[in-house]
Order: sequence, then structure tokens, then C-alpha cells
Amino acid sequence: MSTMLNIAGLWKSFAGFVATRDVSLDLKAGELHAVIGPNGAGKTTFFNLITGHLRPDKGAVSFEGRDLVGLPPQKIVRLGIARSFQRINIYPRLTVFENVQVALIAHEGQQWNLFRPGRSLHREGTAELLELVGLAGEAAETAGELSYGKQKQLELAIALASQPRLLLLDEPTAGMSPQETAATIASVRDIVKARGLTLLFTEHDMGVVFGIAERISVLHHGEIIASGEPESVRNDPEVKRVYLGEGGGHG
Amino acid sequence: MPERRHLIASAIVVLLLALLPLAGSRYAVDLATEVLIYALFALSLNVVIGFTGNISFGHAAYFAIGGYACAILLTTHNWPLIFALPAAVVLAGLVAAVVGYFCVRLTQIYFAMLTLAFAMLVWGVAFKWKAVTGGDDGFTGIKLPAMLAHHVGFFYFTLAVVAVGVAALWVICHSAFGLTLVAVRENAVRAGFIGVDTRRMRWAAFTVAGTFGGLAGALFGMYHRGMYIENAYWTESANVLIMVLLGGIYSFVGPIFGAAALHLLQVFTNQYTPYWPTVLGLILLVIVLVLPNGLIGLAARFKARQGKT
Ligand SMILES: Nc1ncnc2c1ncn2[C@@H]1O[C@H](COP(=O)(O)OP(=O)(O)O)[C@@H](O)[C@H]1O
Ligand SMILES: [Mg+2]
Repeated sequence: MSTMLNIAGLWKSFAGFVATRDVSLDLKAGELHAVIGPNGAGKTTFFNLITGHLRPDKGAVSFEGRDLVGLPPQKIVRLGIARSFQRINIYPRLTVFENVQVALIAHEGQQWNLFRPGRSLHREGTAELLELVGLAGEAAETAGELSYGKQKQLELAIALASQPRLLLLDEPTAGMSPQETAATIASVRDIVKARGLTLLFTEHDMGVVFGIAERISVLHHGEIIASGEPESVRNDPEVKRVYLGEGGGHG
Repeated sequence: MPERRHLIASAIVVLLLALLPLAGSRYAVDLATEVLIYALFALSLNVVIGFTGNISFGHAAYFAIGGYACAILLTTHNWPLIFALPAAVVLAGLVAAVVGYFCVRLTQIYFAMLTLAFAMLVWGVAFKWKAVTGGDDGFTGIKLPAMLAHHVGFFYFTLAVVAVGVAALWVICHSAFGLTLVAVRENAVRAGFIGVDTRRMRWAAFTVAGTFGGLAGALFGMYHRGMYIENAYWTESANVLIMVLLGGIYSFVGPIFGAAALHLLQVFTNQYTPYWPTVLGLILLVIVLVLPNGLIGLAARFKARQGKT
């Protein structure tokens, strides 16, 4: 497998506080990679640096050989990287259907079409994606009125609509019930495998992490302290000390 | 596609308006002409307000540019209307594109202030460039084709132009572009992460708004046979803004009702009292306190209540 995402020596600080410290990571095409670490470890910041939401102070991010640093999010999405957000980030006042439909319109570059009626576009594609994440029955509902778990599912559908090759999911099951978590994880794995995607995700539920991740990187105070196969990470003394030993994780 | 009942309702409205001159009242025809022009003006502003969620406080600039340009081309340069009108509209759109390029870098109050600043510049040009615009004497004596010289002829011309303008705005607002704009308005960060260049979208919306605002202004100048610097002043921007808010920003047709209601109220109020500004203040109070979604929101609430009983 070839390297899809190459991150080298990434740094980011906020007003003197170092949130990302010399992070390097290689992601192979098709791999399912989890980033874990305690709350505040810098996982979300790391995702924000990759996706163009934040600009690194130093370091390089390259995706399929293209340098991403300095590109705005909309350009990075177009290269094939889509993401979901830890804190729900949808269009709360639009319908569930429209939330996904707009993402498909944007993926096709049709946002510059001033003539074609927007609501008539991608009706099938939208329905398929909603079906895929289990929201077919909620299509006509106002997105902001869905339960938290369903809004997370909608996040996933929106991200998939961009037809990424690399999918970044930031705590896709945070706030979900155990049943919702299990169902979400099963569907994420199926989708990722069926579409041949590469997955980079953060997750606080260790059962989920060790259940689907093929590789795991552990962030602590903005630094990667271990990275590798689940078994070796689980048995890493440093990881045990700072994280797993604390009796699981939190957010 | 527009639903059938919308098309039928629009056709009926246009037909009824077309019958208005048969009633024989010049006053009614003139009033209807004015309302049509303001309706187009308000609708154009709502492309920025309702569809991008940013308040423009300088929309009179494009109205004035369209109005002055059309007037000057017709009169000073003797252009035929068929060239003068489109040229004026294109000029208003171009200026909106240039101004918008800077304004969309900002949002909220900063955006509003910058649109206001540019509008004041336009006013300044109209005021200072006396040789071309007539300065504070206004640009008067606009030459119109004979067909439009009569008030009924001009009314039909306005009805046709406004109908086409409104239809075009309807198509744009309901297009893939319009739907994406709504997404940008609702959550610009998310829109960026689905691959939308949100700034460029807002820039395009600003340009569209200026273009159609220019069209309304061109009609206005011809109707009054003159353009005056007050038409570029910030009070004119405020007036159309109030029309939009009164009608309701989250509905396509809202601003049309807002324009009609505000203009008619102003005309009637002025017949009985000199206190229009006071009445306007009261209207604003009502909008802010009880009509946050404008007249359209009120109608929707009324309908919902009727449905329940
Ligand atoms: N935009 C920001 N401004 C200032 N500090 C931030 C910002 N984003 C994150 N941080 C800080 O960086 C650290 C890492 O945060 P985050 O990446 O959200 O961690 P995680 O996702 O692992 O919980 C935290 O201490 C957080 O307060
Ligand atoms: Mg986080």
C-alpha cells in the first residue's frame, strides 16, 4: 500500500500554548487509523490542521503528493478529503435532505449554476446517502431537531457526499448511546470498506478503537507518544501510564 | 421548477395589474408603477440579506447608478432605450462587483458599514460631478421614447420589465446557486468543508443584487423623468432595507409585500400628516417587537393557527 497522507513535523500553538508538537504521521491508502488521547490532547487541532481549518506554524502535510499547507478547506475537500466534526456542524434550519443535497451540489460544482432548480438535483443520490446512514425516515425533518446521535449520522452523510478518498471523523460517536455507537461503527466500517476509503478518526470509546482500527496513534499534550498496531500500542508502557492506565479515556 | 399554483398565482397577479389602467385612475396607475419599481428594488436587496445573511446598508448606490446611467445615456448621449437600459444595468452590476469584492471580506456590522461607506462615495460622485449628473440640482429632463411618455404606456413597460426581473430573480434564488447560498448563510464553515468557496458565492450574490437594483433604479429615473442625489443617499438604503425586513427576509416574495405596504403607507400618511418619520419609527418598532419574520411570517402564523382550529 502506498502512502496517501504524509505529515511531517507539524507544529501549532495558540498564544504560546503548544497544541500540536512536532507531529509526524504516514497514512497508507486503505488503512483505518485511530488517533486517541485524553481530552485536550490536540486531536481536533490535528484534524483542523490537515483539513485547512487551521494553518500550521511549521511542518508539512501532503496528500497524494500534493502540499496542503495554506490551502483553504474548500480546495482540500475537492482534492478528496472530507471530514465530520466533533461538535455538530450541520445546517440546523435546513431539512435533513437539503443538508446532504447541498453537499452533492457542491461536489459536482453546481453551486455556480444560476438556472437549474436546486431542489430537483441529486434527489436519488441524497436518498441513497440518507439510507446508508439510516436517516431515510427523517429526510423531511429540520436537521436541528434531530436527536444528537442522528445529527452525528447526518454529519457522516454530509462528509460522504463529497466522495472523499480520505475520510476524517472527529469522535463520530461522542454523545451516542451504546446501541447507537455500535450501529454507527458497524456502518462506518462497512462504508469505508465498501468504498475503499482511508479512514482517520478520533474516538474516546476504547472498545470502538480497538474494534476497528488497524493502526493507532496516541496523542498526549500535542505529541505523538506511540503509533502502530493496536496490540503494540496497548502494551506500550508510556501509553499505559498516561492514558489507558487512567481507566479508558474521556473525550 | 416553480409549482403550478405559484405560476398560476403569478399570472393572475400580472393580469390583474394589466387591467388596472382600465379603471381610469391615473393616481392608481402611478402608484402601482412606483410599487412595482420598489418591489424589484427590495427583492434585489434580499438576495444579499435573505440569501447570504448579511445586511447591506448601501443598496441605494446601485439603484442610483442604474438610474443616473440610464438617464445620462438616454438624454446626454441620445442612446436608444434598448441600449441605454441594459448598459445602465450592466454598469450597476459591474460597480457592485467591484464594491462587493471588498465588502464580502467582512461580515455582519463591518460588512454593513463598508457597504454604507461605498454608497456614500457614490452619493459623493453624484453630488460633485455636476457636469454629468447635475449635482444637487439633479439630472432632469430625461428623454423617453414616445411610447413611454404616457403614464399608461410607462406602466405597461414597468410591469413587463419588473415581471421579467422578478422571474429572473426567482430562478436565481431557487437555483442550485440559491440553495447553496442558503447553506452558506446557515453555516459558512460547513459550506467551506463541502467544497464551497463561501466568499465567492457571497460576492456573486452581491453582484446579482446590485445588477437588479440597478434595473429598478433605471425604471425609477425614467418614471420620475429625473434622478436626484437623494436617491443615492443613505436614507434611501435604509428605506429599502425596511421594506425587506417588513416583508420578511426568509421568503422570496416577502420583500414584494414589504415594498408595497411601506410605500403605500408612506403615500397615505403624507396625505394626512407631516409625521412620516414618526410613523416609520413605529413601523420599525412593530417589526422588531412583533414581526421578526415580517408580514410573511405573520401570514404563516395566521395560517398555522387556522389549520389547528
Ligand atoms: N482555536 C483555539 N484557540 C486556543 N486554544 C485552542 C484552540 N483550539 C484548541 N485549543 C487548545 O488546544 C488544546 C487541544 O485541543 P483539542 O485539539 O480540541 O483537543 P482534543 O480534540 O484532543 O480534545 C486544548 O488545550 C485547547 O484548549
Ligand atoms: Mg476534540
